[in-house]
Amino acid sequence: MTYIDPHIHMVSRTTDDYQRMALAGCVAITEPAFWAGFDRSSPQGFYDYFTLLTSTEPARAAQYGIAHHCWICINPKEAEDPGFARDVLKLVPEFLDKPNVLGVGEIGLNKNSKNELAILEEQIAIAAKHNQLILVHTPHLEDKKKGTRLIMDAIEANASIDPGRVLIDHVEEHTVKMVLDRGFWAGMTLYPETKCTPKRAVDIFETHGTERLWINSAGDWGPSDPLAVPKCRQEMKRRGHDDATIDLISFGNPNAFLSQSPNFKTTLS
Amino acid sequence: MPSPPDPSRTAKKTAAQLLDLDFLENRAKVIDLAAFLDRLDRASDGPDAADADFRARELRRALAILLEDGPDRASRVLDALSDPTEEPIDAAPGKGATGAWPGKGGA
Repeated sequence: MTYIDPHIHMVSRTTDDYQRMALAGCVAITEPAFWAGFDRSSPQGFYDYFTLLTSTEPARAAQYGIAHHCWICINPKEAEDPGFARDVLKLVPEFLDKPNVLGVGEIGLNKNSKNELAILEEQIAIAAKHNQLILVHTPHLEDKKKGTRLIMDAIEANASIDPGRVLIDHVEEHTVKMVLDRGFWAGMTLYPETKCTPKRAVDIFETHGTERLWINSAGDWGPSDPLAVPKCRQEMKRRGHDDATIDLISFGNPNAFLSQSPNFKTTLS
Repeated sequence: MPSPPDPSRTAKKTAAQLLDLDFLENRAKVIDLAAFLDRLDRASDGPDAADADFRARELRRALAILLEDGPDRASRVLDALSDPTEEPIDAAPGKGATGAWPGKGGA
């Protein structure tokens, strides 16, 4: 079996995780720029992080036969200071030209504030200007439903963005339908507590269908599991789904969305 | 009343098969919840203290949804624990989320 994990933060993971993922059949990953658990003190800190995403991690992944890609942005948790955020945004276009970059992400909202929304709109404009795919982070827990609506409204306000080139991530039962109904792709993040478990992810695609849906681990420095995607494949099999459906959710769908970027490839390519 | 699920998207397993797969796991989760409520009653500041915290109040409200009829219980629980407002807030109060909405004006 082969699979793609389209959202994982390998900067927070060990090399042993790369090995375990490769053994489980992972052939490609994509790593969105995110909040590293602390606020960076300068735009130079972001420059170094973007350099890591575009040079160090691809080399580390390649040792295990995994194709590594990334997304560049300032995440919403560090977007509350608009002056600082705009200094970081000046760095983004340089990195969009790197060979493993797929687009702008993970942009979105965290606490649904006016400043976060302003910086989100500016990053949507950058993606439109450079014809980039967009990967969206939706807020956590009680803030998710409101934030998901605000994010989709902001994207739709930019007429040059095709929703078929936008993945809205971290959907759960209360947000998945509105995301799919508005023409976006939807990602289900498999977390032990705070997002969607493998069992609930299977419930969601049994209820809403398999079109424009994918699963990811979003493995990072918090409670998360870099093998969440193969564990969800196992749950699908346990629940009676055939191999074609399992492959569609964990390989075919992410491959279809990500292949809209000419930079995307798997080690099967 | 929410609409019934699309018959073409029902589970692949029968009720008995689904129970065979997951009954014990969910039995354990129900007991865990019961034990958690008991633990709150045994809080060192007294059995009524938890009710002063919006998280305990909202959890009890969400639990009631489990016994309602109709599909989409998971979605309705998530809705019950969500911020129902629509406008962006003036400034982020911090980075974290609690898992329940404290109401306008905060906890």
